[in-house]
Amino acid sequence: MTANSALKRTPLYDRHVALGARMVDFGGWEMPQQYSSIRDEHLAVRRVAGLFDVSHMGRFRLAGDSTFQFLQHLVTNDLAPLTHGQAQYNLLCNESGGIVDDLVVYRGSEGFFVVVNASNRESDLRWFREHAPRDVEIEDRTFELGLIAFQGPRAQELLPCEGLEAIPYFGFGQGDVAGIHALISRTGYTGEDGFELFISSERLGEAWDAILRHGGSAGVLPAGLGARDATRLEAALRLWGNDMDETVNPYEAGLGWTVKLDKGDFVGRDALQRVKAEGPRRKLIGLKTVPGDIARHGAAVKAEGKPIGVITSGTHSFFLGYPIALAMVEAASFRVGDKVAVDVRGREAPAEIVKLPFYRGSARSATSPARS
Amino acid sequence: MADRRYTRTHEWVTVDGKHATVGITDFAQSQLGDVVFLELPSAGRKLAARETFGVIESVKAASDLYAPVAGRITEVNEKLAAKPELINSDPYGEGWILKLELGGELPPDLMDEAEYKKVSGAAAS
Repeated sequence: MTANSALKRTPLYDRHVALGARMVDFGGWEMPQQYSSIRDEHLAVRRVAGLFDVSHMGRFRLAGDSTFQFLQHLVTNDLAPLTHGQAQYNLLCNESGGIVDDLVVYRGSEGFFVVVNASNRESDLRWFREHAPRDVEIEDRTFELGLIAFQGPRAQELLPCEGLEAIPYFGFGQGDVAGIHALISRTGYTGEDGFELFISSERLGEAWDAILRHGGSAGVLPAGLGARDATRLEAALRLWGNDMDETVNPYEAGLGWTVKLDKGDFVGRDALQRVKAEGPRRKLIGLKTVPGDIARHGAAVKAEGKPIGVITSGTHSFFLGYPIALAMVEAASFRVGDKVAVDVRGREAPAEIVKLPFYRGSARSATSPARS
Repeated sequence: MADRRYTRTHEWVTVDGKHATVGITDFAQSQLGDVVFLELPSAGRKLAARETFGVIESVKAASDLYAPVAGRITEVNEKLAAKPELINSDPYGEGWILKLELGGELPPDLMDEAEYKKVSGAAAS
């Protein structure tokens, strides 16, 4: 809410303001929290499609002969099966196995591309450069290249672009969106089918306008950070800084599937091997509460009167009709259906452990997973 | 309709004889974002001026509600239980929160619209 000149702006800033968005500081960027209402934007993403400006996310291009070996040594997932035109969800861990960031790695014909969290862009860039051999060139492309996400069950039908059916889940290719050149990736952060579009900053606004114009009568809405947070939480997609950070390892975060201990050495492997052998001490679980009882980040979670952990993310789900939360708790024998208590405005509110994700959207159903 | 007066905590009140109607301001609802729930007292309870009488939950946060004037609650807006979004869509109309029977003088620090605009404008910039 503070007009802070130190905040960075995306190429779409003027459009957000013209659309009446409420702008907030997010990771050092002045971003739209909501345009009309979080509820309407959230429901548009779940039922039709919503258009998000995610140009604040960090985008680096990596090139050089040993880029593959370098990246393979830095991330937890195995890059070997990735072919040109495939993307992969991944983690950067430190030597103690703590999560430095989560990211998507794209393998193109001319090298690799990564997308990282906005708040970690500068620290990730340092991390990459500290570890990089001399021949690997790392270029921060965040400011030359815009990024928008078009997400929803009708995203393929409503994006003004040919040939989208040929792009599999977690695949990417080149194309024209309303006549504007784009790198089109079938990825997202909402649990819905959809696309992330990398477009030059100069032409990003034209593409944004064209997509909204094309889908407007079908119910496509511009969607802000509020809808983004609600949809990612329903899909149980972790948010770095809330659900995980350097003090949390991938097994605790429920992201053990991204750790490939047998791929060869990588940063954090020894520590992660120990965690896996001993079993994680904590784990991330899903909670559901009755309407009105919204458990917020940092709220205490108790079982039989004894503290067992804290809420890492919580919101009211307009789509499901009740509040949902992720909590990091001691890895005792908690099971789906068990009852616990969470602190809501200073009192203990009843909560039930539920299966994750809270909601499975249209992602994957449109095409087969890239890793199959 | 009597003039609307405002508090520094972003409630509004209108007074008609012995009767007052209370809500939160348009500025407050826009800052809160989508309202999802209100925890409100029952009719009959007596409130002192500036006393906390309830909680408003938006997608962003929970905020306390303060009584702009002293009085006894005669009515609580029952529609808000099923449609809390009325606070966002019509904060000065259908989104009213309480009706009170006044108990005592109006606090001297209630603001008129021009004064409140200065306060909320300063908070917004």
